[in-house]
Amino acid sequence: MNPKMQAINVSFYYGKKQALKNVSVDIKENEITAFIGPSGSGKTTFLRLLNRMDELVRGTRLEGRLLLDGENIRGTGRDVVELRRRVGMVFQQPNPFPKTIFENVAFGRRMLGMSHSQKLEEIVEKSLREAALWDEVKDDLHHSGLALSGGQQQRLCIARMLAVEPEVILMDEPCSGLDPISTLRIEELMQELKKQYTIAIVTHNMQQAARASDWCGFFLLGEMLEYGATGEIFSRPQNKKTEDYISGRFG
Amino acid sequence: MLLRGSFDRHLHVLEKEVFAMGDMVDKALENAMHALKNQDLKLAQQVIDDDALIDKKRIAIESQGVQLMVTQQPVASDLRIILSALYIAVDMERIADHAEGTARIALMIGNEPPLKPLIDLPRMTDMVRDMLRRTLDALARRDAECVRGISAEDDNIDNIYDQVFRELLTFMIEDPRTITRATRLMWAAHNLERSADHVTNICERVNFIVTGNFEEMRTSKY
Ligand SMILES: Nc1ncnc2c1ncn2[C@@H]1O[C@H](COP(=O)(O)OP(=O)(O)O)[C@@H](O)[C@H]1O
Ligand SMILES: [Mg+2]
Repeated sequence: MNPKMQAINVSFYYGKKQALKNVSVDIKENEITAFIGPSGSGKTTFLRLLNRMDELVRGTRLEGRLLLDGENIRGTGRDVVELRRRVGMVFQQPNPFPKTIFENVAFGRRMLGMSHSQKLEEIVEKSLREAALWDEVKDDLHHSGLALSGGQQQRLCIARMLAVEPEVILMDEPCSGLDPISTLRIEELMQELKKQYTIAIVTHNMQQAARASDWCGFFLLGEMLEYGATGEIFSRPQNKKTEDYISGRFG
Repeated sequence: MLLRGSFDRHLHVLEKEVFAMGDMVDKALENAMHALKNQDLKLAQQVIDDDALIDKKRIAIESQGVQLMVTQQPVASDLRIILSALYIAVDMERIADHAEGTARIALMIGNEPPLKPLIDLPRMTDMVRDMLRRTLDALARRDAECVRGISAEDDNIDNIYDQVFRELLTFMIEDPRTITRATRLMWAAHNLERSADHVTNICERVNFIVTGNFEEMRTSKY
């Protein structure tokens, strides 16, 4: 099967500081790929490259290529808005807009020019259902999104992203601010979502990576030291540094 | 969750328990054969009584291993060591059960006149004990190459077993009155042959700890 996304010999610099060193990795379709590694190892930097969020930072430089369905995401004439619709991102801190739950989810669609209200309602319901939030909020759609709990807010942000029908979902430590039950709900949700979407997640939580992912890449000091099937990485890592990190010997 | 240093100490204790159990099993093998060879009924009874201690050791290893799995959620080589310790303890317990079986045979034979002086069975016992001891040494050294060689020695055990089998068969054919006594010795030989198979299982576990590979090493024809 072709990878949904691919990084080929990617290096990245913030000014003179090199944050990624020659990273090559596939992100397989309809699977969950986790990126682990100590703080500052380049996980967030890598994830943000996948939907060109790095372009928001000045003075950076990219080498190598990043492909979506085999095509360079930065080719001439490539539209960054369209890319970010196809490749959505969920952040560490849930960031709902100070609007109603309905408007939070409808937001992206409205931006894309949809105003037909019945169609919008359908999409909002479908997205909230996919995000496993519908049952909890269906009677409160016109209440503020900010009134929800942390775990619900994170699922609201997932629903907001699903509403624009992405193909790839990027998640940067989406559970780091959540309690264990909310964390498990998000993990369960990921297992549902991967049937339709491709997921890449950065996590600090080793057990989460082991539980929730199919593939796992280990970053250290900007390099991807090891990549493989999650079961293999956690039972017989090939690299001593991977072993030390996942066994809690450093980091 | 324990801090790494404290977890390492627990792992170390678990491994020491495995070696301690190995010493107990080695003693059981030695005593059972000594009892059979010298018709030492008191020693035979002691092997049977001591088997309860070996069972206890197995349970101790198992409960410590389960405890570490639950509390530490081990991965990588930590996981492989803990898992393997459980399996190794089970294989060693089975070896001890076979030794106990041989001790019971010694009791059954009692003070009947021996069929023949025992030479091959003590030799087989020495070989099995040697294999077990070197396998546990290899575990301590994390030496996968060494266990590969040891598991290949199972063929030698099978060869002596064949030889003992043919010899005892000859006794029975020539004089059917020896059938009962010869059959008992055949059971004892069979116990040793099975014990060597358990040693090769342990070799596989040591290989798994060191390399992470699942590999069937048993070549035994039985
Ligand atoms: N906007 C930035 N400007 C300069 N350096 C940055 C910036 N963002 C990240 N870095 C540096 O790049 C390296 C990788 O950071 P990051 O990708 O955030 O790591 P991780 O997500 O693994 O914790 C770190 O050394 C960090 O200090
Ligand atoms: Mg980060």
